[in-house]
Amino acid sequence: MTAPHRARVAITGLGAVTPLGPDVAALWEGLLTGRSGARLLDEPAFADSPVRLAATCDIEGRLDRVEARTLDRVQQLALIAAREAWADAGSPEVDPERIAVVVGSGIGGALTILGQHDVLRESGARRVSPHLIPMLMPNGPAATVGLEFKARAGVHTTVSACASGAEGIALALDILRSGRADVVIAGGAEACVHPLPIAGFAQMRALSTRHDAPEAASRPYDKARDGFVLGEGAGIVILETEEHAAARGARIHGHLAGAGIAADAHHVTAPDPSGSGAGRSITLALRDAGLQPTDIGSINAHATSTPLGDIAEAEAFKIALGDHRPPVTAIKSCTGHLLGAAGAVEAIAAVLAVREGVVPPIRNLDDPDDAVDLDLVRVTPRAHPHEAALSTSFGFGGHDVSLVVTR
Amino acid sequence: MTATAPELLTGLTEIVDEICGSATAEKVTLDATFDDDLQIDSLTMVEVVVACEEKFGVRIPDEALENLKTVGDAVTFISDAGVAA
Repeated sequence: MTAPHRARVAITGLGAVTPLGPDVAALWEGLLTGRSGARLLDEPAFADSPVRLAATCDIEGRLDRVEARTLDRVQQLALIAAREAWADAGSPEVDPERIAVVVGSGIGGALTILGQHDVLRESGARRVSPHLIPMLMPNGPAATVGLEFKARAGVHTTVSACASGAEGIALALDILRSGRADVVIAGGAEACVHPLPIAGFAQMRALSTRHDAPEAASRPYDKARDGFVLGEGAGIVILETEEHAAARGARIHGHLAGAGIAADAHHVTAPDPSGSGAGRSITLALRDAGLQPTDIGSINAHATSTPLGDIAEAEAFKIALGDHRPPVTAIKSCTGHLLGAAGAVEAIAAVLAVREGVVPPIRNLDDPDDAVDLDLVRVTPRAHPHEAALSTSFGFGGHDVSLVVTR
Repeated sequence: MTATAPELLTGLTEIVDEICGSATAEKVTLDATFDDDLQIDSLTMVEVVVACEEKFGVRIPDEALENLKTVGDAVTFISDAGVAA
């Protein structure tokens, strides 16, 4: 059996709203300078919270009041990032029936459902917002983006916890290769900084409790790491078939060369310590891209700063890449963990690393864990011209998604 | 004291401004229809109704809503319900 025709997929637009700032430029500047987006949650709502650390976005004034009031914060973040990405792609004129959308989210409109539950208990059913359902539904961010750009080739939502954003980009690759669309607006969004989700993650002992130093709390691969810092944000990329991008003379940031999806089937939340599922997703992504392990020039690791997860992932790199040890960065050290947006924002960072020939440093990596045998980039960015980068994302549920981006 | 029609119109305009923005509020007249003239969709109309109930202390049942085509219809309904200002 011969392999089916595979359209080459170009990345022509980038958009991100993150704790590091309002756009992709702020994200990249923050990563190169090793800035932290984490802060102490000093709002009264978090006074009794066992964990009062998070990395939040400032989107005040980004959307007009009327636009914002019927959109959950996760939809607002998705829309802001999608507008940036679309403008970055040159706001192309495209037949709406050839535009698709995939926006993943791990949790959906959590702030709306929690806020409206308070309204229900305090004021009764007649005070509940008629916009509750479209604001809480997990496909809300994708639907918002689809409406904005009149996308009629299908609007999809990937839901795989912290792999949702990466899986959204992987699905977009399938859509373009299958010929169902010429352009896909793809990525992920998350906004659940609220005492209830924080209490839930805290009960899992998944969060850092380094309250005395919020900016030092997210420390992937460091010996003193004690959990992740919850973040919010959105990352969106514009993907096009090479043919479509070339026909309109689009500027190309890079290419999405391959994706690999696997599942651990080990435990609902704990990573498989052998790293086998994660490793297989990397191998599948390489095969999909037609590349060898030695072609990978840098890795944007999932590395959330949890004691077990970082080590399991290092095992996965060993399984998939053997002795090849490309430089590794872990941007959650700066952004915090954006859950369903993480994979998309990190794919953007991987694209920029290849395009610029620079690997950003891992913040807070003062004392690398001896159990991890990786070439970790520390302190300053590393100038490193390379042709291909790997970005990995894993999620509760045992989801393993790897993306390969090339020049 | 019962609110006068001009007071109710002013109050409704404030509600529309809060929910739909100033561009829509500028189009509010007694003759303006909620759907065609003000482009208020069914979900948003529920918000307007709830806001009216809170502001004017009336109850606007769903059956009554069907007959409230224009802003003037709403002013009349609220006025007839004998609302406190």
